[in-house]
Formats: sequence, C-alpha cells, structure tokens
Amino acid sequence: MKITIDQHACIGSGQCVLASPEVFDQRDADGIVVLLQDSPEPGLQEDVWEASRICPALAITLTPS
Amino acid sequence: MADALPEMPTFPMARATGCPFDPSPELGRRLEEAPVSRVRLWDGSTPWMVTRHADVRALLADPRVSVDVTQPGFPHTNAVSKARDAHMKTLMQMDAPEHTAQRRLLTSDFTIKRMEALRPRIQRIVDDLIDEMLAGPNPVDLVEAFALPVPSLVICELLGSPYTARDLFHRVSRTLVMDEPDPEQAMAASQELNAYLEELVDKKNAEPSDDVFSRLAVEQYRTGAMTRREIATVGQLLLVAGHDTTANMIALGTTALLAHPDQLSAVRDGGDPALVTNAAEELLRYLSITHTEARRVAREDLEIGGRLIRKGDGIIAVKSIANRDPSAFPDPETLDVRREARHHVAFGFGAHQCLGQPLARVELQVVYSTLYRRIPTLALAVPLEQLTFKENAVFYGVRELPVTW
Ligand code: HEM
Ligand code: SF4
Repeated sequence: MKITIDQHACIGSGQCVLASPEVFDQRDADGIVVLLQDSPEPGLQEDVWEASRICPALAITLTPS
Repeated sequence: MADALPEMPTFPMARATGCPFDPSPELGRRLEEAPVSRVRLWDGSTPWMVTRHADVRALLADPRVSVDVTQPGFPHTNAVSKARDAHMKTLMQMDAPEHTAQRRLLTSDFTIKRMEALRPRIQRIVDDLIDEMLAGPNPVDLVEAFALPVPSLVICELLGSPYTARDLFHRVSRTLVMDEPDPEQAMAASQELNAYLEELVDKKNAEPSDDVFSRLAVEQYRTGAMTRREIATVGQLLLVAGHDTTANMIALGTTALLAHPDQLSAVRDGGDPALVTNAAEELLRYLSITHTEARRVAREDLEIGGRLIRKGDGIIAVKSIANRDPSAFPDPETLDVRREARHHVAFGFGAHQCLGQPLARVELQVVYSTLYRRIPTLALAVPLEQLTFKENAVFYGVRELPVTW
C-alpha cells in the first residue's frame, strides 16, 4: 500500500491521527496533515484504510503497491 | 411505494412520537423510497433534501456546493437566522478559498495534540462540577448543574477568559440558540458578548498566555492582520457552535444511557477507555443533535443519487437520517456502544466538518467516563415520559433532566 496526501485539501480535522497515529501527524503551526511513513506495513493498513475513509476532505489516497 | 408519499412534505418534519431519540418516521420513508427529493420550507421555498449516508458525504465534500447564504436559493432555517446571516459572516458562511484561509487561522488550536494537552484541565472541570453537584440538593436538574457548565468552563479555558465569564457565556448562548429566538434580544446578547470579547483581546494583547485569544491577539491583532471586532466574532462563533451542542450531547446522551441500562453499565463498568471512545461516537450518531442539518446551495448543476440538482437550488443534507442509513450502520435504530460508528456524519463532512470536533470528543469522553463512574446510582428522578425535548431548537436536546442518586 502506498499513501498520498493532499495538504491543500486537508482541513486539519485530525481524524486520520485518531485512526492511525503511527502513520499520520499534524503540523503544529496549522494542524495540516503530515505523513510519518508512506508505505505502512500490513499490520497498520486497516487503520490507514479507516483514516482514508473518514477523512472529511478526501485528502488521503491509497494505491496498491 | 413512491406514490404513497405526500407530494411535497414540509421540513423540518415532526419527530417520532414514541421514542424521544428517533428522527421523524417520514425521514425514514424518504430514505427508502425517495432518498433525494424536494421539501417545502417555512418561507415557501422548495430545496432538495438528501438522506443517504453515501449521498450526504458526497454532497458535503463536493466543491460545487456552497454555503453562500446570500444566494436566493439558500435554504434558511428561519427568519431570525436569515437576518443574522445577513450581518454576520463567519467561516461557516464562507466558501474556498476564503474559508480555507480563515479556517487555517484556527486549526492549530484544535489539533489532536493540543486537545490531549487540555484533557487534564477538562477532567478537573468535570470532577469539580461533580463535587459541587454531590454537595448540593438531590434531586437536581442535570442540565443546569452539569451539562451547561461543562462547556461554559471549557470555552473559558479555550479562549483564556476568567471563569467569571461563565454566566455571560451561558446566558448569551441560551439567547442565541433558543427555539424561537427574539431578534432584538439575540442582537443585544450578541453585542454584549462582542463588547466582552473585544476587551479580552486587549487584555491578551497586553498579557498573553497560552490560549486561542492570546495567539490571535499577538499574531493577528498586533500585526494589523485582524481587527478586535474580527477576533471577537471568532470567539462568538466558537461559543455559539461549541456550547449548546456539547451541553445537549451531555444531557441527552445521559438520558439515552439511562433509558438503555445495559448500555450504561457497559460504559460505566467496562473500565475500558476504548469503549468510552466508541460510546461517544455511537451517541453522536444515534442522537444527531444538529437539528437544522447541513444547508447548502448548488453553485453549478450536479447529480446526487441519480437526481439532477440545478445551479441555484437549495439543498439540505439530513445528517440525522444518514446516520440511521442501514447501508452504513447495520440495525441503525439500536443504540449499541460497541458498534463501529466512527464514520457517522454528526459533525458534518467536507471542508466545513466541525472545527471543534477534537475538543468535543475529549469533553464527551471525559464526561461519559467520569459521571457514571463517580455517581454509580445516578437515575432519573421522574419517569422518562415526563421529560420534554427541544423539538424546534437549532440543537436537539432535553429541556430539563431531573436526576437523583
Ligand atoms: C458535540 C458537539 C458538537 C457537534 C455535534 C457539532 C456539530 C457541528 C456540525 C454538524 C458542523 C457542520 C455544519 C455544516 O456543515 O453546515 C459544525 C461546524 C462547526 N463547529 Fe461544531 N459541533 C460540536 C462542538 C463544537 C465545539 C466544541 C466547537 C468549538 C469550540 C465547534 C465549532 C464549530 C465551528 C467553528 C464550525 C464551523 C466550521 C466550518 O464552517 O468550517 N463545534 N459543528
Ligand atoms: S483526516 Fe483528512 S482533513 Fe483531517 S487532518 Fe487528516 S488529512 Fe487532513
């Protein structure tokens, strides 16, 4: 799985951080999403999938790698 | 069958008569039989109503829909909110790119990290209020004694205001979100609040501390990027959006748990923080308190759920029934604190999804994990049937909640 994020679309809701804290974080200055890793190991993928599903800004895209 | 539906129902529709937690049965029928259909509003206008979970999400995330309240087709809630919208523009009434810029001024104050840092202070507020309540009369109205003071004090923390402003915040918020607000009273309340908040900007500018208003005073007011009035308006938005919503989720959530004792004991006796987190999401889904729903206007032609919506048409995304859509939530009428409910739309969806949701979540988690544990014998002091509910308010809730222990 490969993750891409769209920082322009992101509204800083933090939903991804709640769903998958190992993979997503927020910038302190404006709460916008940052990726801690873009190819998470299988054990983390369910949470990442959940994060992309609940992201209100549709800012998280997952592609099979 | 579609032909059994009334041609054009009026909106909002009367809630279910039996269960105080259920939305209108008519909404349920629309969800099944005419998920995107027109309704008639108080002013005779006929916007679209969107009911399915997937359609509500798609609509609210669609850049072709707008929150521009000055568009003639915008579906206003009532005459007072229409008048208020005309003179007060907050980020709720802004489209991108203006909205994006305004919202980013505030997102740093609501990150998950910052909210976790606030959690101990919120815990303290909740524990102190429970101490006060236990030392006072029994039975007591939980709305006045607990549900309203929690968000009043948390807003004080957030804005960096002394706790003495608690009564002002409480009173103003009550006036602004009443069932049928009196326009003059609402205007006066809003002016009184603005005067207080403008003074607070000056105080924070002189002596900054670690809170939203200090940051805005130093970064925006001092540099000339924002006026005192603009910062006061931000404060008013946070109060109006964050006060009564949270208070209703505390009191109505407690009512729902008291009416479902097995669910209450799961939350109280489980000793599992993950279950409390889940319970908060499920109560948000099940209760869907933002009664006015999410209102928009089409900026371009668009298709939703197979229906063509024309540029200029008003649209109401009915989150309360989307949160009861069986294709998103199996057995949706059942309150089940163990279910996976995080994809609910109680905070909206898209660019305007609730800014304060990380804060609201922490408040609700602290309340639900503390109140019933500290008062394990908490019970209704009157039969459930005697409670009255805010049928027509902006935010649904219970008017008074007499409890005993
Ligand atoms: C349980 C409590 C709450 C609920 C159910 C709730 C619900 C909502 C909903 C549904 C919206 C979106 C409206 C729309 O799309 O038209 C919204 C927006 C908003 N909420 Fe909340 N809210 C809650 C608590 C709070 C708190 C505690 C704050 C702040 C202190 C807050 C601040 C805001 C703001 C500023 C917006 C506008 C966001 C924007 O337009 O970009 N809310 N809320
Ligand atoms: S969930 Fe989406 S909008 Fe929210 S912080 Fe993460 S990427 Fe941004």
